[in-house]
Amino acid sequence: MDRSNRPLSPHLQVYRFQWNMTMSMLHRFTGVALAIGTLLLAWWLIAAAAGPEAYAVVQGFAFSMFGRLVLLGFTFALFYHLCNGVRHLLWDIGLGFEPSVAAAWGWIAFAASIVMTVLAWLLGYALRGGL
Amino acid sequence: MTLRSPLGRARGLGSARLGAQAWWLQRITAVALVPLTLWLTVSVARLTGASHSDFTIWVAAPWNAVLMLVAIATTFYHLKVGVDVVIEDYVHTPWIRISLLVATWFAAVLVGATSAFAVLKIAL
Repeated sequence: MDRSNRPLSPHLQVYRFQWNMTMSMLHRFTGVALAIGTLLLAWWLIAAAAGPEAYAVVQGFAFSMFGRLVLLGFTFALFYHLCNGVRHLLWDIGLGFEPSVAAAWGWIAFAASIVMTVLAWLLGYALRGGL
Repeated sequence: MTLRSPLGRARGLGSARLGAQAWWLQRITAVALVPLTLWLTVSVARLTGASHSDFTIWVAAPWNAVLMLVAIATTFYHLKVGVDVVIEDYVHTPWIRISLLVATWFAAVLVGATSAFAVLKIAL
């Protein structure tokens, strides 16, 4: 059996562009990013277990401009994957397949993830008492 | 000419009714991660700039330690199943694909176990 020329998934170029597709790709992209980002959470915990010096190194990274940028992206990726994941779970139980509903929930999930990101950072900065 | 039966050749190459298991566990861990992630992000936001002693006291509180351990196990399982799907979709060379699938298993278990050990070391 010749296996060399079989079509392999995913072959996105055959589809007309639509937002659901972009959200689906972003879901996968944020998923992979979060998998890598989880290493930061592991580093944080391991450093805390190792002692104050190692913990201070993590804090130094977290409060640097680069660290803040990474954590901002991490927060958005997390909330996006969470909100869009709920959308996927609703599809799994058979809800919201009508194109207009699917698109509307997509926008809601996207907006909710931005709002949640802003709220989480406001909470963080408020409790820290400034920048 | 092969001495293998058609059934023997087919085994392990397609549906053995095991595919649904990964799909189902991905959904169960996803549902569990909704409250766990909300709890963790609020907690982390509240711990912004916490000193080492503040942070370790927080981790050592019984409910925090238990939920952290549950969150670690759930997160790393969900992560592994999710990354598997991506590898299976894009990596078409069999030996590279299998190597990556095994490598992500090892990495997920190693980092997950180390994280869990860190929580236990702080809490106990």
